[in-house]
Amino acid sequence: MPRRTLCILLALTLAISACSRAKKNSIQVKGSDTMVNLGQTWAEKYMARNPGDFVAVTGGGSGTGFSSLISCTCDIAMSSRNIKDKEMGLAEKRGITPNEIKVALDGLAVVVNPSNPVDRLTMDQLAGIFSGAIANWKEVGGANEEIVVLSREVNSGTHVYFKEHVLRRGDPASKAEFSPRALMLSSSQAIADEVAGNSAAIGYYGMGYISKKQKPVSVAPDENSQYVEPTIENVLGGHYPISRPLLLYTNGQPQGLVKRFIDFALSKEGQEIVLATDFVPVEK
Amino acid sequence: MRKFREFIIEKLVLLCGIASIFFVVLIFLFLLKEGFAVFKTVHPFAFLGGKSWYPISEPPRLGILPLILGSILVTVGAAIISIPIGVGCAIYIAEIAPKKTKEILKAGIELLAAIPSVVLGFIGMVTIVPLAKMLFHLPTGLTALSGSIMLAFMAMPTIVSIAEDALYSVPKTYKEGALAMGATHWQAIWRVMLRAASSGILAAVMLGIGRVIGETMAVMMITGNAAVIPHSFFAPVRTLTATIAAEMGEAVIGSEHYFALFAIGIVLFVISFGINVTADLFLHKRQ
Repeated sequence: MPRRTLCILLALTLAISACSRAKKNSIQVKGSDTMVNLGQTWAEKYMARNPGDFVAVTGGGSGTGFSSLISCTCDIAMSSRNIKDKEMGLAEKRGITPNEIKVALDGLAVVVNPSNPVDRLTMDQLAGIFSGAIANWKEVGGANEEIVVLSREVNSGTHVYFKEHVLRRGDPASKAEFSPRALMLSSSQAIADEVAGNSAAIGYYGMGYISKKQKPVSVAPDENSQYVEPTIENVLGGHYPISRPLLLYTNGQPQGLVKRFIDFALSKEGQEIVLATDFVPVEK
Repeated sequence: MRKFREFIIEKLVLLCGIASIFFVVLIFLFLLKEGFAVFKTVHPFAFLGGKSWYPISEPPRLGILPLILGSILVTVGAAIISIPIGVGCAIYIAEIAPKKTKEILKAGIELLAAIPSVVLGFIGMVTIVPLAKMLFHLPTGLTALSGSIMLAFMAMPTIVSIAEDALYSVPKTYKEGALAMGATHWQAIWRVMLRAASSGILAAVMLGIGRVIGETMAVMMITGNAAVIPHSFFAPVRTLTATIAAEMGEAVIGSEHYFALFAIGIVLFVISFGINVTADLFLHKRQ
C-alpha cells in the first residue's frame, strides 16, 4: 500500500512539474542586477500565492534584459534605466513594442554626522569629495577637518550606481573613480555606525537606513538649483537628483501571467516588498 | 580473523591519511589553476606591483601592492606588540610564577585563544577604534594600528603556549648550573634559558605571525579597507584576506576579478607557507 501511494505521489509531482513547464504558466524575468533581489522576492511570494505558476528571475544587467526582450527569450525585462533609442529601433524592427511600467524608485541618501555644519552639497561637490579632489570640509563650508570618505564594497550595486551617477555623472566615457583613500565598509549599517560616531565622515546608502544619528545632506544638481532633501516625497516627485526609477518592460500590454505578476508587484504586498528591499515604493 | 580485521583497519587508517594529502593537493591545484588565469591578461609584475585596485572598473585595474603592504603593515604592527608581551608572559609562566598563578595564567591564555575572531573584531570596533581616534586625534579610528592591536591578541596565545613549551623543555641542569656559577635569577633566564630555547621561541613567533597574516574577519571589521598604499600605522589599510572575503561573494565566476582574487589567494598561500616552513625549521633545529 505505501508503495502504491508513493507511485501516485510521484506521478502527481511529475504531472505538476510538467504543467509548470508549459509556456502559459511559466515566465522569464531578466535584466538589472540592482533589481534581482527585488524581482526574486516578488517571484517567491507570488509563486507561494499561486502554486502552478512559475516565475524565473535572472540578472545580467539592464542591457541584457533589453536584448532578451527583443530576441523573445524573456517575457519581462527589468531595468534601472530607460530604454535607449537604439534599442527601441531594434525592437520595432523585430515587431516588438516595449511597454514601460514603473514599479519602484531607488533613492540614495548622502549622510554626515549631525554635528557637521555642512547640510547641503551640489552634485559637483559630491563628486569632488568622493573622488578625493576635495579633501577638507572647509572647502565646502565646514570645519577645518579632513574628510573621511566612506563607501560600500565593490560588490555592492549601490557602489556601482553611486560611481556611475555621482562620480561620473552618467557619462559612460568618464574615468572617475572613488578615492583610493575611501574606507570600504561591508554594509550600509557599518556606514551608518561610522557616520554616527565620526564628525568628519561622509557616506551614502539607501534611504531606509537614515536615522536620528546621521544627518542626510540636501543635494542640488548645480549651484543655482534648489537643494533637495532625500525624502520619499522628493524621490517620488523626481526632485531628488540621486534617484532613479526601477522599471519593468513587457512586449505590448501585459497579458496572462505577465499581467498577474506585474499586478502583484504593484499591489500593496508587492510594494511592501519594495520597501523591505530598501527601495522606494511608487505609490504611498 | 583477527589478522584480517587488523589488515582492514590498517588500510582504512592509511586511506584516511592519504585522503587528507589528496585534498590538500586538490585544493592547491585548484588555487593555481584559477589564480594563474589572471596572468593571461595582467602581467605578474603589474599585478604584484600595481598601485591601484579597481577590480570592477572597465577595464579593471588589478594592482595588489597596496593590499600586500596593508597585510604586511598590520602583521608587523601585531608582531611588535605581541612578541615582547607574549615572550615575557611565557618567561613568567615557565620560570617565575608560583604553581597556582601558573595554572590560572595558562587557563587564561587558553581562554584568549578560544575567543572567535569575529567577536574580537566586534569588541575592537566598539572599543579600540573610538579610543584610537580620540587618543591620536585621527580622522578615523579604522586604522592599521587598531587592526594590529586586535591581531596581537590573537597571536599571543600561540606565542605564549609554544614559547612556554620551549622554555620548559630546556634541561633543568642548565639553569641550576647557571645559578651555581653565581648568576642571578634574571641573568640565568636572559643569558642561559632564553638562548637555549631560542629556536623554539622563534618558532612560536613565526606561528603567531602565521596566524595574524591569515586572519580575516577582525581586520575586515576594523582596518577600514581603503586600498591605498599606507604611509603610517595611523592610516586605514586593506589586507589581502579582507579583499578576498569582501569581494568573492559577488565576483562573476570566470571573470578577471574572480581570477585575481584566486591569485591573491596564491600570494597569501606563498606567504603563510614560507612562514610555516621557517617555523618548522626552527622547531626541528630544537629537536
